[in-house]
Amino acid sequence: MKTSDLSNLLRKLTTPPGLSGYEDTIAREVESLWKPLVDELSRNRLGSVLGFRQGSGEPPRPRLMMVAHQDAIGLMVSGIKEGFLRLTEIGGVDHRILPGQLVQIHGKRTLPAVVVQPPPFLLPPEAQEGSVPLNYLWADTGLEEKEVRRWVQIGAPVSFARNFLELGSDLVCSPSLDNRASLCALTLCLQELQGRKHAWDVWAVSSTQEEETLGGAATSAFQIRPDLAVVIDVTHGSGPGSPSHKSYPLGRGITLGWGATVHPKLYETFKELAEKMEIPYRMEAMPRYSGTDADRLQTVAEGIPTMVISIPLRYMHTPVEIVSKKDVQRTARLLAEFATTLEIDFMDKIQWDETPKA
Amino acid sequence: MKELLKTLVEISAPSGYESQVRNQIQEWIRPLVDEMRVDALGNLLAVHRQADAPRIMLVAHMDEIGLMITHVDRQGFARFVSLGGVMPIHCVGGRVRFLNGVQGVIGVEKNPASYEIPPLEKMFIDVGASSAEDCPIRIGDVAVFERPFLDLGKRVVAKAMDDRVGVAVLIETLRRLEKSAFEIYFVFSVQEEVGVRGATVAAFGVEPHLGLAIDVTATGDTPKGHRMEVQLGKGPAIKIRDAGMLADPRLIQWMVQTAEKAKIPYQREILEFGGTDARAIQLSRSGVPAGVISIPCRYVHAPSEMVDMEDVENAVKLLGRLLQTPSPLELSS
Amino acid sequence: MGRNTESLNHPTINPEQIRLLEKLCNAIAVSGNEGEVRRLVIDQIKPYVQEMRIDAMGNLLVRQKKEDQKPLTVMIAAHLDEVGFMLTSEEDREEGIFRFELVGGIDPRWLAGKPVQVGKEHSKGVIGCKAIHLTTAEERRSSFTVEGLRVDLGGGGKAKVGDWGTFATSFQRLGGSVRAKALDNRIGVATVIELLKYDYPNLNLVAAFTVQEEVGLRGAKVAAYALNPDVAIVVDCTPAYDLPLQVEDSFYPPENEQYNTRLGFGAAIYLSDRATISDPRLVTHFVRTAEEKGIPYQFRQAGSGATDAGAIHLQHVGIPSLSISVPGRYLHTPASIARISDWESTLQLIYHALQTLSADILKSER
Repeated sequence: MKTSDLSNLLRKLTTPPGLSGYEDTIAREVESLWKPLVDELSRNRLGSVLGFRQGSGEPPRPRLMMVAHQDAIGLMVSGIKEGFLRLTEIGGVDHRILPGQLVQIHGKRTLPAVVVQPPPFLLPPEAQEGSVPLNYLWADTGLEEKEVRRWVQIGAPVSFARNFLELGSDLVCSPSLDNRASLCALTLCLQELQGRKHAWDVWAVSSTQEEETLGGAATSAFQIRPDLAVVIDVTHGSGPGSPSHKSYPLGRGITLGWGATVHPKLYETFKELAEKMEIPYRMEAMPRYSGTDADRLQTVAEGIPTMVISIPLRYMHTPVEIVSKKDVQRTARLLAEFATTLEIDFMDKIQWDETPKA
Repeated sequence: MKELLKTLVEISAPSGYESQVRNQIQEWIRPLVDEMRVDALGNLLAVHRQADAPRIMLVAHMDEIGLMITHVDRQGFARFVSLGGVMPIHCVGGRVRFLNGVQGVIGVEKNPASYEIPPLEKMFIDVGASSAEDCPIRIGDVAVFERPFLDLGKRVVAKAMDDRVGVAVLIETLRRLEKSAFEIYFVFSVQEEVGVRGATVAAFGVEPHLGLAIDVTATGDTPKGHRMEVQLGKGPAIKIRDAGMLADPRLIQWMVQTAEKAKIPYQREILEFGGTDARAIQLSRSGVPAGVISIPCRYVHAPSEMVDMEDVENAVKLLGRLLQTPSPLELSS
Repeated sequence: MGRNTESLNHPTINPEQIRLLEKLCNAIAVSGNEGEVRRLVIDQIKPYVQEMRIDAMGNLLVRQKKEDQKPLTVMIAAHLDEVGFMLTSEEDREEGIFRFELVGGIDPRWLAGKPVQVGKEHSKGVIGCKAIHLTTAEERRSSFTVEGLRVDLGGGGKAKVGDWGTFATSFQRLGGSVRAKALDNRIGVATVIELLKYDYPNLNLVAAFTVQEEVGLRGAKVAAYALNPDVAIVVDCTPAYDLPLQVEDSFYPPENEQYNTRLGFGAAIYLSDRATISDPRLVTHFVRTAEEKGIPYQFRQAGSGATDAGAIHLQHVGIPSLSISVPGRYLHTPASIARISDWESTLQLIYHALQTLSADILKSER
């Protein structure tokens, strides 16, 4: 894929706000992109998009689930006072980035607005110094109270204004690249699978509500009952403010998760594959949990061997998230290669070392 | 409905020990349902059959917050921990009643350095004993706040309004139920206050197509209270979100439209803390669209929780209407 | 099958059991990396069980007998994993200095100046710290943080980023007690191994040796889902905070009222913790058994902390659960201490309670 086409795809995927729970816009975009790439398309009851590609192996075929979450973080209107909007968060937002932030209020009509910080003398004493807590900030639509009440209701989602930037030849910047960058990689992977054979059934899942409950991937997995799952998400990119031992440089490869969440044999398989394909990667140590859909997905039903692949991203959960297009493409290639090289008896090969002989 | 509510709130049933209230509910609803059972954790499930209709799970929790004894000292003072979200500020000077009928008062260790409310570990229950031997309380015994029902006319006050008012709404709904667009599972759940545990297993067993919890929510209408918009007396609240879940937008719309059509007052609720049984339903199995009808309630988790009877009545009306209105979801089984 | 049932009428703790506990405790099995202990368990239980398998997460799931036609299926569970750390990045390759992060709940104030072992080969290393001469009085008042400490492998060994490690304390017998790292929960694992050697007339016995308990009861969740028993008994090791009080400003002689459990008081029966309210019917059955058989028992004080029961009891349509623990001092530190008599009480209590447990218990009102 040409790099300009890739930029367009990323732009397409970052345009819908799709805040957790309010994901119809992004789900529809995913559906239109995936429609030509899968055999069947459906929606899970909670709103995840499920794309199914039938494998070429003899039935009953094992099932691979590859999942990237579609939802984005943002804000929500929690009160209306004299035409000003009080806000609460959806997902995790650092309130210190909010003053001056351009947003869109998704009421009965979508209204542009700006988040503002009142001057200290209009704040209660405990909020006058230091950062101003979210519930003392306002969103101002510039409209009169009557107009505001006409179009906006408590519960209206509030997304960051869309602003897609290309920085240099490889980097792109936009709100919601967490996790639309991964969704883009998953879409590219489905494109690569066109015309290639895979023995396993492949389920691509665009999951709902990761930022709130990790619920979309887990409920989809309960429905699909995959034999293996691969979660694609973003990780912290190196850059100002990121400790070097906890972040990964942009454009220089992806990370492969390692820790209690990840099945060690699955890690080995991905590691060998990445090395064979000369895809640069680093091990990302996840000592306690992965912070992704994998944490809940792994313990669905009788347990699912799970892998976590991450794309480095700078300034996570801000409207100026940055990723490298090269890393997105690498992720897609790795996923496609994994799916197509999965042998029908792969499950026999990822047994634990101590497995008793039958 | 006041009498129903009064009887319910005066029963002692802390999380994990709900049998007294369960027995009372069973007695009332037995003639009204097609089938009734108690599951392994103690949830009461009552079924109102409707052939070929989608299955809805309605849940209100039976349990209330309470205390469990951890130690009785040589002088007969009993130390305790909370079952559910008991706040220290509500304990000082409080009275408690144990399941075996013993009553006592909560005392506080003196802390000369400050007048701040100490944590529960610095408190004890005095049942009037003078030694461990003559103390009628043993480690593991459980208690609830002792506070009689108070009728203030339109508004009523009691302990355990959270969530006996939800239980009352379900029972009253069942009593008035004529026809329904759903097969209804009335679930009276256990152990909500300690982490929506009962509803988790109940939802797994019921496998509903959609679920609604009936529970209380906080209000913002008291002096320097919570910064939220819900008020007492302005109608039942349709939950948009709380700390545990985002209610399903399709169900929110269904409830809002139904309320508007029937001219039932309602409010839109955003609660920045807390959670309800609906969160367990939402993530059950392959996922279940879930929402909440909340009864606005002042002083939640204090021994004197206040609700407005008009809100309660309107919640029953709204729920009754909803049960006659096919939901907007595609609910193939 | 049931080799010991002929020679003994109930299980006891002998030198053989203590030697096994020693092997189990000295092994490394931090959450997510339980293979070493899993292998030891498999070797031990092989002669006594008819079916075992390792699931997707690494739980070892066991059926004592292939045919299980009795009306009650009981799962006994113990977690294999222990708290520890993972090497997360290499700071100085030549010197073998690594950053690390804790896995499970360890108070960082126990870390400094301790020998550690890392990886499959048990590479030797230490968590060092600045010499006292180089510290200021102010520094000594503040506590160490994980961010400020490093694992030093001295450039030796094969350990690398991603490897798990633990304190390197060797098991030791101290009179009637044992001292070791990871008594939480190898003492539970050893107990379940013993229990599997005996027959239970009224029930089908299944067992789960679970993974990832210390990072959120994760293994037990899928284990219980797979085995779907009628009742679950979780065997764990619970803190004993039975230390003297250091404040004496009370009208009455002061009493430690937050001991959780006490060494020497017998098996600890749970009533309620952060994640589970024990099924009262099971509590009654175990208390009655203890009193009838004269087995010492105590109630673990209600409060925080959790066992695998927290995940197990919420699976399927609800699984009545109870946790029984051996009390242990200084859990999640380099060296914990437990009493052998408490261990034996725990083993015998569960054994006898299971001998008389029947499906009727679920018919009574909860």
